[in-house]
Amino acid sequence: MSAVAANVESAPTVDHPVLAVRGATKRFGSVVALDDVSIEVRRGEILGLLGDNGAGKSTLTKCISGVHQLDAGAIFLDGAPTQIRSPADARFAGIETVYQDLALFDNLTPGQNFFAGRELAWPRWLPRGMRFLQQRRMDAETRILLANLKVTLPRLDAVVAMMSGGQRQAIAVARSTVFARKVVILDEPTAALGLRESRQVLNLVATLRDQGNAVILITHNMEHVTELADRAVVLRQGRKVGELVPTKDNKQELVSMIVGA
Amino acid sequence: MPETRGTGTTVGDAAMSAPKKQEAVPGLALGLALLSAGPVVILVLLIVVLSFLSPYLLTGRNLSNILAQTAVISVVAMGQHLVILTRGIDLSVGSNVALASVVGALSFHAGAPASVVIAVMVGCGAAVGTINGLFYVFGRLPHPFIITLATLSIAKGLALQLADGRAIPGMPDAIDALGREAVWGLPGSVFVVAGVAAVLFVMAKTMVWGRWIYAVGGRPDAALRMGIPVSWVLVSVYVISGLCAGIGAVILAGRTDAGSPLFGNLLELDTIAAVIIGGASFLGGRGHLGHALIGAIMIGVIRNALNLLNVNVFFQLIVIGVVIVIAVESDVLRNYLEGRMRVLQAGRQS
Repeated sequence: MSAVAANVESAPTVDHPVLAVRGATKRFGSVVALDDVSIEVRRGEILGLLGDNGAGKSTLTKCISGVHQLDAGAIFLDGAPTQIRSPADARFAGIETVYQDLALFDNLTPGQNFFAGRELAWPRWLPRGMRFLQQRRMDAETRILLANLKVTLPRLDAVVAMMSGGQRQAIAVARSTVFARKVVILDEPTAALGLRESRQVLNLVATLRDQGNAVILITHNMEHVTELADRAVVLRQGRKVGELVPTKDNKQELVSMIVGA
Repeated sequence: MPETRGTGTTVGDAAMSAPKKQEAVPGLALGLALLSAGPVVILVLLIVVLSFLSPYLLTGRNLSNILAQTAVISVVAMGQHLVILTRGIDLSVGSNVALASVVGALSFHAGAPASVVIAVMVGCGAAVGTINGLFYVFGRLPHPFIITLATLSIAKGLALQLADGRAIPGMPDAIDALGREAVWGLPGSVFVVAGVAAVLFVMAKTMVWGRWIYAVGGRPDAALRMGIPVSWVLVSVYVISGLCAGIGAVILAGRTDAGSPLFGNLLELDTIAAVIIGGASFLGGRGHLGHALIGAIMIGVIRNALNLLNVNVFFQLIVIGVVIVIAVESDVLRNYLEGRMRVLQAGRQS
């Protein structure tokens, strides 16, 4: 863990860590899913989170995004200790998550998906649910957003159920950018995609970084890690077993850290 | 909406060109369009065919009759529709109508003015709905079937107990007026239905709450993760379903000038049938108020026509049942076609 500092110096956009997790521990019954794990990620940086199945990657990200609560350890946002009790808390704090199952609403349009749970509405003095939707504003922002991310969709007024896997993935990633102010977590964003669709999603991930977000990327794909990640953290059986700057040359080292050989 | 809507923005290298795909699956698109227009088409066909069989069907008096007879189903089905949108079901609406009508009749005989009697009926309906919602959500029940089945029984028992098993005749004149002809040969109840429909339509279409109902019905777990207050959205639809049952009780009391524990018998089935026949999805998240209304009118037309044709009542039940099967199967077919369409689109991209 002392290697962190050295690597950070070499990162291109050095800043204070936007998100830091210190001593994260999580147990499910007698199973220790996370054991004293510490990570940090900075503005404009992509952190690759690697590990075999059951290594604790998803548990760690779920603790950050409020789905689980840590048993021990703390989460710091911009240096301040932050309690994240629910997914809503996390979103409010500026942490966006693209879940592996995408968490898209098949029965809603892309724009409705983007704004689900934080619809633009007025008047502000009414309780949130009683406000009136500002549909035109949301439509306009949806188009701007998609254009900025260079995502093309056949129809903006069709429900997401009618769209292909890559389009759906792009919508889920794009949604995370709408309100992401600090951290974006992507859980296996290319797992179910073909080559071309993967490429498109990876471009999106790079865009997220370029917009100044701190990005945590969970993936099994070593190519993607060496291509995109500024740093890589390897978990094995709930512990952090290594951290390095991934290059083409140390790919083998990464793999052996993952499998523990 | 501005002109860009539906055309998609073509920026960058994403290579998903819209027009190609639309042409690729014209058959499927046509099938889906037919299915979504299905209930209206069927209703029109039904009216055309039946009007040949019975010349009385399309007379003004009979049409007004159909609307009057379907007023209660329509209003209660609109509430049921909101519940079904969230993947739920409200079995208690029929008993709720009975209980509300009895409580209303009792309050009238205790000397309450018309406005209070109406408030009591609607409030009673909403109260039962609130109980349904609170127990379902905060009692952590696996499915609303169970709690609404329980309140079906409780409300029915309570209504029978309070009314001593008999109808209680007598309602304030203002309520009776709903059963009489008001304007354009239409009974007052039709305007109540239209009013409720207008209010619910605006709420579901333009309010954040309405959007949340669709989100919760589409994917409850995702709704939670997106920070939508799922519990309260669920409670709210049961409250509104109960409220609609209360309004249904007012209409029924007006038509019969009485409150009765036997009101609303099998109304839960009629309203569920109306929602499904009208084209809303039983799987949740899809459908709109129009579906509930079209379904209710379809049931009314079928019953009315079979009556005019002197077909016996038992056969009506069979016909309605068959129509339900057709409606549910076309929902399944729609899901299948959408899946096919998605596969074809994905295939074209890679």
